[in-house]
Formats: sequence, structure tokens, C-alpha cells
Amino acid sequence: MATAAVSTERENYLNSEYGVRSWLLTTDHKRIALLYLLSISFFFFIGGFFALLIRLELLTPAGDLVQADTYNKLFSMHGQIMVFFFLIPSIPAVLGNFLIPMMVGAKDLAFPRINLLSWYLYIIAGCIYLHCIMNGGVDTGWTFYTPFSTAFSNTKVVEAGLAIFVAGFSSILTGLNFVVTVHRMRAPGLTWSRLPLFVWSHYATSIIMLLGTPVLAITLLLVVFERAFNLGIFDPTRGGDPLLFQHLFWFYSHPAVYIMILPAMGVVSEIVPCFSRKRVFGYSFVAMSSIAIAVFGFLVWAHHMFVAGISLYSALFFSILSYLVAVPSAVKVFNWTATMYKGSISFSTPMLYAFGFIGLFTIGGLTGLFLAALGFDVHVTDTYFVIAHFHYIMVGGAVMGYLGGIHFWWPKISGRMYPEAWGRLAAAIVFIGFNLTFFPQFILGYLGMPRRYWQYPAEFQVLNVFSTAGSTILAVGYLLPMVYLMWSLRYGKIAGDNPWGASGLEWMTSSPPPTFNFDETPEVTWEAYDYENIPLPEEVSLER
Amino acid sequence: MSDSPTVLEHATELRHHFADMDQQRDAASLGMWLFLGTEVMFFGGMFCAYLIYRFWYYNEFAAGSRSIDIWLGTINTVVLICSSLTVALGVRAAQLGQRKLLVILLLLTMLFGFAFLGIKGIEWYQKYEEHHIPGSTFSADDLIQKYPGIHIDPSHEQIYFSLYFALTGLHALHMVIGLGIFTVLTLYAWKGRYTPEYYTPIEIGGLYWHFVDIVWIYLFPLLYLIDRKPIH
Amino acid sequence: MSERTLPGRRAPEHEHILPVSLYVTIWLTLMVLTVVTAAVSFIDLGPFNTIVALFIASFKAILVVLFFMHVKYMSDRLTKMVVVAVIFWLFLLLGLSLMDYGTRHFS
Repeated sequence: MATAAVSTERENYLNSEYGVRSWLLTTDHKRIALLYLLSISFFFFIGGFFALLIRLELLTPAGDLVQADTYNKLFSMHGQIMVFFFLIPSIPAVLGNFLIPMMVGAKDLAFPRINLLSWYLYIIAGCIYLHCIMNGGVDTGWTFYTPFSTAFSNTKVVEAGLAIFVAGFSSILTGLNFVVTVHRMRAPGLTWSRLPLFVWSHYATSIIMLLGTPVLAITLLLVVFERAFNLGIFDPTRGGDPLLFQHLFWFYSHPAVYIMILPAMGVVSEIVPCFSRKRVFGYSFVAMSSIAIAVFGFLVWAHHMFVAGISLYSALFFSILSYLVAVPSAVKVFNWTATMYKGSISFSTPMLYAFGFIGLFTIGGLTGLFLAALGFDVHVTDTYFVIAHFHYIMVGGAVMGYLGGIHFWWPKISGRMYPEAWGRLAAAIVFIGFNLTFFPQFILGYLGMPRRYWQYPAEFQVLNVFSTAGSTILAVGYLLPMVYLMWSLRYGKIAGDNPWGASGLEWMTSSPPPTFNFDETPEVTWEAYDYENIPLPEEVSLER
Repeated sequence: MSDSPTVLEHATELRHHFADMDQQRDAASLGMWLFLGTEVMFFGGMFCAYLIYRFWYYNEFAAGSRSIDIWLGTINTVVLICSSLTVALGVRAAQLGQRKLLVILLLLTMLFGFAFLGIKGIEWYQKYEEHHIPGSTFSADDLIQKYPGIHIDPSHEQIYFSLYFALTGLHALHMVIGLGIFTVLTLYAWKGRYTPEYYTPIEIGGLYWHFVDIVWIYLFPLLYLIDRKPIH
Repeated sequence: MSERTLPGRRAPEHEHILPVSLYVTIWLTLMVLTVVTAAVSFIDLGPFNTIVALFIASFKAILVVLFFMHVKYMSDRLTKMVVVAVIFWLFLLLGLSLMDYGTRHFS
């Protein structure tokens, strides 16, 4: 159990080549995953910084920290950065890229050079967006609603639009790579019904990326054209329809939220059986529910437009379908719970994040059903109720899934164990900080506090103060893993091939893996989550 | 199959992460089909905008449609269909190992592609002269005068032309990219890189080209043929 | 192990070569249909002008997909599924958006 700074002598993807060129010109999916890890972490902190400024402003009812225009820019850029530059890439580009080839028993993704191209597109998009921020930013809300974005805003709408346009292609190429890899590169014996649920959920995510993102691309392009050439396609005074923009925008942006949550669900589906020492209950239901979410997710977009002016009949259709889309998500929650029933539970850091995910995602998802009810939505739309709803899913769900996954696969990625006590402490801090930040926002929204306002009536202050206090705790919870994960790279306990005793092909190769993943292509003859036959390793002691 | 003696010849074409050439070809083909799927959705967003505004502003769309040259549009449609034939025959030549024929067919395809762009340029120039390019120089006065019996709102007319240029412009951009790809393919074909065992780039290049043709097959009636009935 | 046990692979018999006459026949059909489309637009069919034009365009597109793009004779089930799925998704976008516009007058 050496904790010395000596890393493993064995050749792996980290030490096979050195130098900046070997990283910037790599086609190894594992190195590209790490490139993404660094880039999205960078944007996470920028987006988080904007969030902190928002919460500071909202400490007091008066608009006294920043001007109203600046506040508009803060929430707009916080949203765009977090959605397009953090959440959408996060799990797929980091964990998906790293793990999917190994999980299917392949040497790499189907198109390694396209994988590298997708990272470069992300970087180009990020640079354009940074340039936009430094030149005044954008104030249209993350949603770019017209005609404000096309005719009235004085901010860098074109730049922000182009940046996200480019980021969209990064996303499309990632999805394309995953779908082709899963179809064409599975190892012998690895049938669809033996695939890890992480792969199923990324496959479903990729379908959404492929079919939805191009519509966002053309929509933003039309906004850019309109602004640049003064066209009038979305301008109501010239015959244009602002709702056309919203239909096209939300056709992508609603499925986009499933891009953000499905991978996290895949992570939970790997963590829960491992730390319950039981196979997943209802494997095929969980697998099919991912596909169902991907398909149904495209049928509900106008629930973002209930009060915008769509027809009542249209609203009824989308409301009913929004109830239906909750069913496959509920199927997953029931199946995870059933997996844990009579299992041998250990409260490791990944499992704590998984528990947090299941609870918080359920709350966020249920409040989505409230919002899907037309009558209720009329009162809480554009209030903090909506903000709390989606942060419960995006942060309480997706980000926790991301952190759980990072911790779970950290030994595989780095060859080191993170310090377990610090991991659990950070998870607890994140959980407490998160709930303190966002639960009051449900109440605020219900009481009528509107979103996107930089000042508010004095009666809302107490709840806002709780929320801001929570956000500082949450920030600590996010900073801690940065510190101890980096610490572990040098001082962490050296990890074996399979420190958790987990199932899956990625645990059958060394930690860190060799460049081509396996010494020999595996041939799979067993079902997924074969936990009856996998012993718990003794060197990792976890409390029961 | 992987023990076939042709493997050594193709060692340079087989990428290391694939088990054999078949897997590589199957992956490339699926990848191109999926990419074309994304392109369908990309153009689909514009078709959605087009359909809605045609529904709302039929008169302006009809007047705008009459002002673009049906003969040039028909000729361009014919040109693209011919180019699809040449590229399909080109893929067939590659399958049969007929290098010279492949190069000729690829060059013909590109010739048709350039012809298409040339005619498109003439059409756009016509629009420029008639002040139908959206923006500060736009004017629908000529159409208002030409069709006194129907009401034409200049803003709505500008929406037609905005979509006209967005659709044909992005289509032309895809043609230009296609021509770039085909330049590379033709050069490699000339150098003898493609054989009956390995002609995947030709095949998937052809798929892309056919897709661009299909987009035009829809654009032609939607933009040019809205209302060509003789006016009494 | 034979190719068929490897997951995700096409069966080898999908590699046969179509005769030139087939390609030329399809090309001729497309040319004729183009002329027909243009000519029919001069005839007054009322609301059917649009329907006929789109019908002919779709028929042409299907010919290109099936024969020039080899979907009929040289593709596996997955390719056919991708084509169908994409067309379906396009109709989702168009159909559900038009559903809103089409029913606004009833509200």
C-alpha cells in the first residue's frame, strides 16, 4: 500500500508518450477525455463565478451590486456556459469518451481523429465565447428569445450564437462517434443485452445529439443572419413570428435536457449495483427506458411555451406528453431502488453521490410534473419555481452524477485512489449546500418571485439569504474535489485493476489502462452486472 | 477473411483500431448515413420556417417565386441529376477497379457541380439587380407594380427572399464543400489509391453528393413552382 | 470465428454490383419527372399543385435513396432504419410545429 510518489512502471496511456504535441495531437480517446476534463472544468468555474455574482446581488432586495443590464448578462452567460460548455459535454465527453471503447471491448472509438476534431471545435467555440464575454457579453437570457435578441439587444448576440453553433458541431460529432462505435465495434459475444447500462444511456444520448443539435444550429444561424442583415424573419412588426424561433429553439433545447441527464443516469446505473453487490433489477426495462426518454423527449418541447401564445389544443397535447415522458424516468428510479433492496450497501463516495442523485432527481422530476399542468404553470412560469426545478435536475441530478462518476472511475483514469474520507465529506457538503441553495427557491417561486429580475420585494429577502448562504457552501463542496483529486495524483494510494470489485470490461484491464486498452480483445460470455460471481476486494475497506 | 492475402496491400488503409477492412467500411458507411441524418434536420429547420411563412404569406411567396427564373432552375435540377448519375457510375467504376473511368466520372461530376454553382451565381446576380436581396437595398416595388390585383406587403416579401437566400445559400455552401471533397477524391483516384477492396471514400463521398442533390430536388418545387399558373 | 458471430457486421452478400442500365434508367426517370414537375406547375390544379409537386419530388428523392445511394440492394437493416428514423424525425419537427399554427384559429 505504498503512498509514495512512485507511479506504476507499467506502460499505460499516460506515460506512453510525453510532450505537449503528444497530447494536442493525440487520437487516444482516453487522452481526449482528459483534455475535455480540463476544458469543461475551466468553464464550470467561469459559469460558477457568474452564479456567485448573481447570488451576491440577490442577498438584498435592492439592485445594488450590479446594474440591471449587467445582471441580465450574468444570468444569460451563467446559463449558456453551464448548459453548452459544461453540462452537455460533461459526462459524455469525459467519462463517455474514456470508458465506452473499453466497455465495448474496443481499442478506440470508431473515428479517433473525429474525436480529436470534436475537442478542437469545443475549444474554438470556447474561445469565441470568451471573446464575447470580454467584449461585453450577451444579455438575452440563455434562450436567445426573439425579437429582443435579433432587434433590440445591444450585446454580442452574434458572437455568442456563433460560439454555440460551433459547440453544437462538437456535440454532434461526439454523438456520431458513440453510435457507430456501439453498433460496429462491440467485442465478440457482447450482444446488446449484455452491454452496461452506461453504454445504453450514452447511446440514447447520442441519438438526441444527432437529431436535435442540427436544429439548434440552423436556428442560431438564422438569428445571426437576421441580426447581421436586418431580415425580419422573427420580427413581429415585419410579419415575422417570435414563436417560430421558440419552436425551433425548444425542439432542440428540450431534448438537450435529456442529453444532460441520461448520461448521469447511466453513471448511477453502474454505481448502484456495484455498491449493492447485486445485479440491476429489471435490466431491460432500464435499457429501454433510456431509448424511451430519447424518443419521448422530442415530443414535449412546447411545454416551455405554454404562456407564449401557442394554441390551446397544442398546449393540451404537449402537456399530456410531458406527463408521459416522466414514466421512463420513474421506471429507472424504481429499478435502482429495487436493485438496492436486500443488497449489501456500502456508503462509498460514489454511492453517496448516487443516493443524492436519486433523491434530488426525483424531487426535480416531480416538480416538472407540476409545471406540466397547464393551470399550475400559468402561475409559476418564469418564477423561481422553474429555476429550482431545473437546478434540482441539472445540479442535484446531472452534476452529482458527474461527480459520482469521476470518483468511481478515478482509480481507472489515474491509477490512484482519492482519499475516501475527504470524498464523503465533500459529497455531504455538496448535498447540504445544494439543498440550502435551491429548496428555498421553490418557495420563492410559489410565492411569486419572478426570475431574471435583479431586484425583488423585501418580503422575499430571508429565503434569498438562505439561498445565497447555501451557494457558498456548495462552492466549497465543489472546490474540495479539485484539491484532493489533484493531491491524489501524486500522493494517492495506488489503485489495482478493480478496487471496487465492479463488473464491466473496463475493470478487467490495468489502472491506468494501456494505450490500446486491452492486451487481447476480450470475448464476452457473461451477462452484465454478474455480481454473484465477483468478490469484493479486501484491500478497499468501506463501512457497511 | 482476415487471413486474406490482400490484407498486406491494405495495411496502410486499415486503421489500427479496426479488426479488419469490413469493420472499417461498415463504420464509415454508418457514420456518413448518420451525418446525412443530421443534415436533414439542419435543412429541416429552414423547411419548417419556410412552410409556416408560405402558409401565412402565400401571395408574397407566389410573387417571389414567379420572379426567379424557372428555366435556370429546371436546368440546374437537370444538371444535378446528371451529376448524381456520374457519381453513381463512378462508385460502380471503383467497385470494378476501373481507375481511368472513375477519374473521368469524378471529373464530370465536378464539372456538373461547377455548372450548377455558375448558374446559381447568375440567378443571384439577377436578384441583386432586381433589388431582391434582403437588407437595406431590398425593394418589392417591382412586384407590387407587376401584380396589382393582389396585396403584397414588402416585409413579407422580404421574408420569402430571406428564406430563398438562406436555403439556396446553405445548399450552395454544401455544394462547395462537396466540390472540395471531390477534388481530393479525384486526386487520390488518379494516383490509384482506390481498388475493388478499398473504395470507401468514393462510396461515402457519393452518399454526400446524392444528399445535396436530394435537398435541391425539394428546393426546386418549393421555391420555383409555388404558383406558375397563367395570370388572366 | 465467422463474420456472422461478430456483432454489428453486415453480411457479405451485400456487395454486388448493379448494371449500368439500372443507373441510366433511374436517371432517365428523374429527368422525365423533372420536366413533368415544371410543366404541371403551369396547369391550374388549385390546391393540388403543391401536393403534386411535393409528391413528385418525394418520388424522385426515394429513387435517389433506393438506387443511387444503394439502399435497396446494398444496405443492411440498420441503414434502412436510420433512413426511416430520420424521415420520421423531420416529420415530427414539421408536424408538431404546424399543429400549433394550424390550430391557433380555433382557440
